[in-house]
Amino acid sequence: MIGAADRRVPLAPAPMLALFGVFATLPWWIDAVGLYPYLGVEIMIWVVFALGFNLLLGTSGLPSFGHGAYFGVGAYAFGLAQFHLHPNLWICLAAALAASVVAGALVACFISHRRGIYFALLTIAFGQIFWFVAIKWHSVTRGEDGLLNIRRPDADFGFVAWSLQSNEALYAFCFAVFALTVLLLWRLVHSPYGRVLAAIRQNETRARFVGYNVWLFKWTAFTLSAAVAGLAGGLFALAQQSAYPNVMSLHQSGLVVMMTLIGGGLVSFWGPVLGTVLFFLARDLLGAYTEAWLLWYGLLFMLIVLFKPEGIAGLFHVRSKPSA
Amino acid sequence: MFEASHLHKRFGAHVVLEDVSLRFAVGRLTGIMGPNGAGKTTCFNLLTGRYAPDRGRVTFEGRDITGLPPRLIARLGISRSFQIMNLFDEYSALDNVLVATPGVRRRGFAVLADLSRDRALLARAREVLARVGLAGKAAARAKDLSYGERRALEIGVALAAEPRLLFLDEPTAGLGTEGTARIAQLIQELKRSITLVMIEHDMKFLFGLADHIYVMHWGQVIAEGTPAMLRANPWVQRSNLGQLG
Repeated sequence: MIGAADRRVPLAPAPMLALFGVFATLPWWIDAVGLYPYLGVEIMIWVVFALGFNLLLGTSGLPSFGHGAYFGVGAYAFGLAQFHLHPNLWICLAAALAASVVAGALVACFISHRRGIYFALLTIAFGQIFWFVAIKWHSVTRGEDGLLNIRRPDADFGFVAWSLQSNEALYAFCFAVFALTVLLLWRLVHSPYGRVLAAIRQNETRARFVGYNVWLFKWTAFTLSAAVAGLAGGLFALAQQSAYPNVMSLHQSGLVVMMTLIGGGLVSFWGPVLGTVLFFLARDLLGAYTEAWLLWYGLLFMLIVLFKPEGIAGLFHVRSKPSA
Repeated sequence: MFEASHLHKRFGAHVVLEDVSLRFAVGRLTGIMGPNGAGKTTCFNLLTGRYAPDRGRVTFEGRDITGLPPRLIARLGISRSFQIMNLFDEYSALDNVLVATPGVRRRGFAVLADLSRDRALLARAREVLARVGLAGKAAARAKDLSYGERRALEIGVALAAEPRLLFLDEPTAGLGTEGTARIAQLIQELKRSITLVMIEHDMKFLFGLADHIYVMHWGQVIAEGTPAMLRANPWVQRSNLGQLG
């Protein structure tokens, strides 16, 4: 999924510009196609989550099936920071990031020496622990109800403060965070760091024998990926004005895996974007006709796994032919 | 330069190495030969950090490296190739070599850098490819290369780490006469700048290149010496190892 190292990596390639173009203008045309701007917010949040997730799955080859946990930790941390620490937007977002980094780093300590199915099973186990804590630690997390009435603090830049009360302002803010994250992750995946992660995915043993600390690379990749999930979770709490255990459930963790695989995260950086957009369109468009839309979505998933295991991006993805 | 003394290793009840001592002198090519299961590859695995020996000591340039993990041994300037090929299959030949260079290793955690801007680094990686005869295959993915080319790349990746001591585990395994001749030429050329240790089944090949040879059998060194000495060694002559033509 990464081009050859000797080819210059554009700062913003065509798919990125197209993506930014679509989402920058979305509030102006989305009503005309029968949808609504808040859908854009949801998609952007999940794209951030899925791209961060794919840093593990696609780039590093590490299947994390409990990634909803870090999304949830971010969402709860955002709310808790607002209630108990300071209702400032930056502090709340920083709390979401910090909490998910701590959670991710801790879990990574226990799983970074694993790979494949053992890695996957451990991520599920840890994900379930977080979910269970969210339900049972009633005095902090409010149990199954979750944190309600999270407010949307102003985006205070010192010289000017924007209210995020309106959905338009919220959209603009989420877009800014989304664009920045996409830019940074694109850069990261194509940096020497990303290339080493991809090398470890392809051959862990060889990576060790040419001198890489494989454990540390996996540990940092997991922690970074958890941080991005936590950021997405923080945005989710901001947008949804609540945080509840459901976002940490195995079911939610499965959704991000499906989005990434359907979209083609294994062959393309942009796969998770396609998968996320498709999921939400399916939910809203199919969901308008039938309550059983997940059934159709599930069938679509099966069809893709059967006939196009690389995912949707596999349809566009032209393997660069050896030039010599 | 490199010395292993009294190495012992057992896997369960099975003793694979028993009191093995080896010395590799600077600028020399040392060969290790012996039948299948003699413990040659296990020996390499102990010397390059894959396993720790149960007993014994390994030193490199006066430094005790016994039991160090592979990544630290690699960083000291010891590199190895594998008998069963161990490449980054999805990567191009150039990327395989590139990721093994100390230049990339030093910047492994550079999360925002762009390698394509580092012309010196790319040039060095291309040089390594040229050295192993793959100059024209830089853009081809490792898994699309022919068997012989993959063998060459296997050495290229080990070489890219810029080692002072290079272990080659059966570099000609599975190659025909032509491929073997090409590898012989490459090793001949490498010998001028790097200390080499090579496991090899092909006697003719090994005796033609090595300065010093250890013969292993049943996890022990049963003979050692220059090729000429070994040819005269009755032990070697009597075993089927000595059929050299």
